[in-house]
Amino acid sequence: MANMKTMSFDAVIVGGGGSGMRAALQLAESGYKTAVITKVFPTRSHTVSAQGGITCAIASDDPNDQWQWHMYDTIKGSDYIGDQEAIEYMCQTGPEAIFELEHMGLPFSRTAEGRIYQRPFGGQSKDFGKGGQAARTCAAADRTGHALLHTLYQGNLKSKTTFLNEWYAVDIVKNEDNAVVGVVAIDIETGETVFVKSKATVFATGGAGRIYASTTNAHICTGDGVGMALRAGFPVQDIEMWQFHPTGIHGAGTLVTEGCRGEGGYLINKDGERFMERYAPNAKDLAGRDVVARSMVLEILEGRGCGPDGDHVYLKLDHLGEETLNAKLPGILELSRTFAHADPIVEPIPVVPTCHYMMGGIPTNVDGQALTIDKEGNDQVIEGFYACGEAACVSVHGANRLGGNSLLDLVVFGRASGMFIEKQLREGINLKEASEADIERAMSGLNRINNSEGGEKASVLRAELQTIMQNYFGVFRRGDFMQQGIEKLNELRPRIENVALEDKSNAFNTARIEALELQNLFATAEATAIAAEGRTESRGAHAREDFQERDDENWLCHSVYFPESKTIGKRGVNFNLKTREAFEPQIRTY
Amino acid sequence: MLNVSIYRYNPDVDAEPYMQDYKVDTQGKDVMVLDVLEKLKTEDPTLSFRRSCREGVCGSDGVNISGKNGLACITPLSSAVKGNKLVIRPLPGLPVIRDLVIDMTQFYAQYEKIQPYMINNTPAPAIERLQSPEERAKLDGLYECILCACCSTACPSFWWNPEKFIGPSGLLQAYRFLADSRDTATEERLANLDDPFSVFRCHGIMNCVQVCPKGLNPTKAIGHIRNMLIRSAT
Repeated sequence: MANMKTMSFDAVIVGGGGSGMRAALQLAESGYKTAVITKVFPTRSHTVSAQGGITCAIASDDPNDQWQWHMYDTIKGSDYIGDQEAIEYMCQTGPEAIFELEHMGLPFSRTAEGRIYQRPFGGQSKDFGKGGQAARTCAAADRTGHALLHTLYQGNLKSKTTFLNEWYAVDIVKNEDNAVVGVVAIDIETGETVFVKSKATVFATGGAGRIYASTTNAHICTGDGVGMALRAGFPVQDIEMWQFHPTGIHGAGTLVTEGCRGEGGYLINKDGERFMERYAPNAKDLAGRDVVARSMVLEILEGRGCGPDGDHVYLKLDHLGEETLNAKLPGILELSRTFAHADPIVEPIPVVPTCHYMMGGIPTNVDGQALTIDKEGNDQVIEGFYACGEAACVSVHGANRLGGNSLLDLVVFGRASGMFIEKQLREGINLKEASEADIERAMSGLNRINNSEGGEKASVLRAELQTIMQNYFGVFRRGDFMQQGIEKLNELRPRIENVALEDKSNAFNTARIEALELQNLFATAEATAIAAEGRTESRGAHAREDFQERDDENWLCHSVYFPESKTIGKRGVNFNLKTREAFEPQIRTY
Repeated sequence: MLNVSIYRYNPDVDAEPYMQDYKVDTQGKDVMVLDVLEKLKTEDPTLSFRRSCREGVCGSDGVNISGKNGLACITPLSSAVKGNKLVIRPLPGLPVIRDLVIDMTQFYAQYEKIQPYMINNTPAPAIERLQSPEERAKLDGLYECILCACCSTACPSFWWNPEKFIGPSGLLQAYRFLADSRDTATEERLANLDDPFSVFRCHGIMNCVQVCPKGLNPTKAIGHIRNMLIRSAT
């Protein structure tokens, strides 16, 4: 231990996706010694898969558009447990953050006037829901995430950020004051373990869609940040809230952007009926994602699904014409032909709701500071620890995220975290050094895996975990089923802790990484299960058959999952808008 | 049963690389090459390869499949299996770290050399810089590059001069910035490329075009750069 290599930085960002690179950019530009630890080369991060765009009131499509309307839509979309202060900050600051990206070179699609092209997305309105559908999602064709991620990587190259590419953060190092002073990480190429010490540690580790069997998420989305935070004893918030995207390609899980419906595509059942007209007479196919996903499942359950097993519906695009599809949705044509063997120019795409996004995560304030809750129920900042992007719950998405808001979330709050840490560094951050024992504690999980004998294969255990989550904690949830699911997870826990690692070699040992990722998947899944069972109402993405109504009296609040007691607490929703009076909860219809 | 032959090398254990043969039951389905690799990894966890998005946009899983570079996740068996045999090797021309994982340092270094970021030192407006749809259309076929290295590692000129020849991927990106109406560093960019190796080592073999999994055309972009260099010299 004494001879363990140590590296030291002003700020360390764990995760090289959109939010991590936006935070890194801010800090590197300010001259602070900044490093990004990323388990894949940065442009391979999952932000790259975002398609449709980034929602923001830049008043291109509609010169009279207002960020306040975007704020209203987001609060309504969140089913009123999004923090209004954070949503206000995101929607108001958004245009500035978007224009910065454009100045950095992001190749947005353009309007005839030369401005950024915006398309309609679900849940968007003008004039606080009274002015009809808005078109507010800024797009680079249907490859916005790719364009954004590459632009941010390029910006970081220009600013000379230090990248620790293909390094895997294993666990948080805390000092005697319970402050975060860095992480233990593995250089995957050599297998070397290093203590990466930092005055500020930012978790931008993304989501954990791989806890489900069917997901749009990349293989790397394994909840590493949530897992590490929970092992360090820190809570997570609203972790029961998982978005199922209406249109994942049936069988493959690959995402088909909501932009397809924004451009005029729609869903049909086996009778060719545009069924969303029944469920959401006004917004139809552009209702909130939770609403559309549930409607699809109901169509399938009631026998109107398509295909030989009646287990999916169709997304119809052919009426848009070849020219529009080639210009606006070229990536979708590629994906559909490859993974659905369907050419959208002439035939519909088979789609099914698929796990897509983790609304919950590490609770933070708008400056990205991670929070815990003290015994009196008050927010308490965790010194040295920050989070942004999908790993964080700031919370702008509440119980249901609107399409196009994830990219905005990650640039706005990556930027905000960077700016705040810059300020703190300027004022001086003084955290106590970690002791040998503190570092040893962060090594314990890795040591256990490295010394494992026997045990079952990670791939087998992972598949079992994903099946449990899919079956017991999916689009529709029920108390007695969820209790069975929790029991099954309890049985799985010791087997996952005892996962096999037969290959103890050092060079690019992906088996070791997968064994570690499995621990994070399990931690995220367990928190999800307990929080889902605990929230006895239906709200946003959390739909319970045994509690079908939203219960504002008891549950107009965040759930907070504490890992040591494995219990759920409640935390108030922030209703403190700076620019106007709060939006009071309304019945949510589209 | 499909016969699969895979390049194996673990520097911790193996004195030299070898081909390992496996049999895989694909149940007759036309799955992707990555699905075969994933299935094999469940049986043999020591097999190492990179993968992430599994939909052809992250560029992690570029490998040499039955002699042709491509992304494992979007290459169906029907286009890769010859005589019931699938052969998977690492991308050629760069050092192997382990199994199918190559050391891409040189590839990334060439990318960094072309200054792959917007340069525009005029004061930024309060909104976006305007760009007409026609100007923006010039970036199509360029910005979509996913840095998978399938093209550069299929290029004989890059095999010979990986330190001096930028390679098709880097040059495609060089042209992406030269073609952008918002970038003001054209002269500086061209000056950086104006030597016998950076661009002119391209001999128009067009392996890059043949293998690009995104259907991009680096040779065409290189032609544009050559013309710009020649024009700026006269």
